[in-house]
Amino acid sequence: MTHWLIMPIVLPALLAPFIILAARYHMGIQRVFSVAGVLALIAIAMGLAIETSDGTVMLYQLSDWAAPFGIVLVGDRLSTMMVLLMAVLALFVLLYAIGSKWDERGRHFHVLFQFQLMGIAGAFLTGDLFNLFVFFEVLLIASYGLMIHSGGNTRLRAGVQYVLFNLLGSTLFLFALGALYAETGTLNMADLAQRVQMIGPDGTVGIRVAAVLLILVFAIKAAIVPLHFWLPSSYAEAPGPVAALFAIMTKVGAYAIIRVYTLIFPVDLDVTAGLHGTWLLPIALLSLAVGAIGVLAAKKLDRLVAFAVISSMGMVMVAVALFTQESIASALYYMVHSTLASAALFLIVDLVRQSRGHLELITDAPVAGAALVSGMFMVAAIAMTGLPPLSGFVGKLMVLNASFDADAAVWIWAVVLVSSLISIVGFARAGSVLFWKALSDGAPVPELGRTPPTGLSFVAVGGLLALLLAHTVFAGRMYEYTTVTSAQLFNQDTYMRTVLDTPGKLSDAKSDAKEGDH
Amino acid sequence: MEILVASAIGILTAGGLYLVMRQRTFPVILGVSLLTYAVNVFLFASGRLTIGAPPVLTDATTYTDPLPQALVLTAIVISFGMTAVVVMIALGAYLGTDDDHVDDAPGRGEDEV
Repeated sequence: MTHWLIMPIVLPALLAPFIILAARYHMGIQRVFSVAGVLALIAIAMGLAIETSDGTVMLYQLSDWAAPFGIVLVGDRLSTMMVLLMAVLALFVLLYAIGSKWDERGRHFHVLFQFQLMGIAGAFLTGDLFNLFVFFEVLLIASYGLMIHSGGNTRLRAGVQYVLFNLLGSTLFLFALGALYAETGTLNMADLAQRVQMIGPDGTVGIRVAAVLLILVFAIKAAIVPLHFWLPSSYAEAPGPVAALFAIMTKVGAYAIIRVYTLIFPVDLDVTAGLHGTWLLPIALLSLAVGAIGVLAAKKLDRLVAFAVISSMGMVMVAVALFTQESIASALYYMVHSTLASAALFLIVDLVRQSRGHLELITDAPVAGAALVSGMFMVAAIAMTGLPPLSGFVGKLMVLNASFDADAAVWIWAVVLVSSLISIVGFARAGSVLFWKALSDGAPVPELGRTPPTGLSFVAVGGLLALLLAHTVFAGRMYEYTTVTSAQLFNQDTYMRTVLDTPGKLSDAKSDAKEGDH
Repeated sequence: MEILVASAIGILTAGGLYLVMRQRTFPVILGVSLLTYAVNVFLFASGRLTIGAPPVLTDATTYTDPLPQALVLTAIVISFGMTAVVVMIALGAYLGTDDDHVDDAPGRGEDEV
């Protein structure tokens, strides 16, 4: 058994206390260790992704207890891909936080950052639903700290809403887990998948309640309408780099939906027929539309980007909700794109805030370093709204192509295309007000306190945009990769066999214990 | 016993939901706490209600499921920590703005007392 699979969790978990204990008052040392940790994380994640790319499912049994009794970590193509995406995103966000000196504006930025990475990596890697809850809490409690980093009254107020909403979400998660355990007697995902199959058609009430509660929890995380209300104000009020890191947090929700609703409750399962298979698609279309309208209606740039995130999560969920191999493949492609594009946009928002002083969408004196910032804004906006030639366009094309045979194809095409148009108008309006009309009000250019951002900030944003470009250029390769990943999700034999049949400590006693368990 | 436990969970949840929908942070935090109590009892009941049985597999025929007890313990610790965090943040927001409304209506805290 290889121990590499637990490294994405252990590494940040060890690094964070080290930073707080040994380097508390030395920002330089904190930065060096934080960046080195993230670089190591990228290397590990890349190794794991290569290891699983041939279809192997990696298994790590904690304390060597075999699957349904012990907690397991499982690395398949999907989870290693998400860990790699998280690590790469974290590097650029961290560079930006250092370049823009956000990490100096409050205490313990790097510590909370590492704990955040630990929680997200754990959520991607775990093979146990209760463990997923625990990692959700780890990433949430770190995100509470990051969200109110450097303080300020509006930020604290938004933080209260964010924390309360997520606390309710956690309570709901526990209710779902309780219902699931009462029905099946297990919380291991692979074991659940087997036991749910055994439930007869006359006793489905409890399991249906559990399935719906669970998707509500993940929908809160993924900010699907009507559970999106926490997102705009908390993402807008969070510090720029933190909001950019949060771009992966909505994807944790999407990942959990993909994982649980392909493995445990596949759409052709009889006991949960007519639930997520029917209702997720209309809701996803609704959040796509609500996000686009929000983009058009926003009065501030940060809210605009937050609504664009809701819209792009809607887009991901539209593809997921079709639950076909092709649609999940396109959803995964779009998910990578959406993470990079939203993170880049949040960093650009912070660049604008830094050089302009405020984010109201009204004409004002030109921003410092306008040429570069506006260029980056344009590239990121093109990617986000799905205009050619960038990966947003390719991703939307894939989703539309995958939905071609669906019953609701007309609805999907109509909503996707119209909401894309609306968000293009929204972004075009914002860009022209911010950058083009800047001089037309004739106000003198105030020099005071408006310094152009540092080079490292631009490197970070430029890096994300370069990744988007690479995601476009290598779209064929990426799509091949996500197609095989999706194929693995729809053929879970290897996953089940690896998780349930790998012997652990006291494995010969396992068969006896299983008899008395239920 | 079932009816007692079930109605306890129900009453706690109902009270919690009512308080969560209040406008000020203090009742909302109390509501969240009530909900977490409700969910703790619910988790406990998910392993079936048994009295006077050991939580380990022995030769005896009756035993109680040990797993929900472990789950509840984790849930209690986590919800306790989370409640402490939200109290601190809410207190910070209240002391900063002299206003403890949960929603953010425009102009709140300036023209309203």
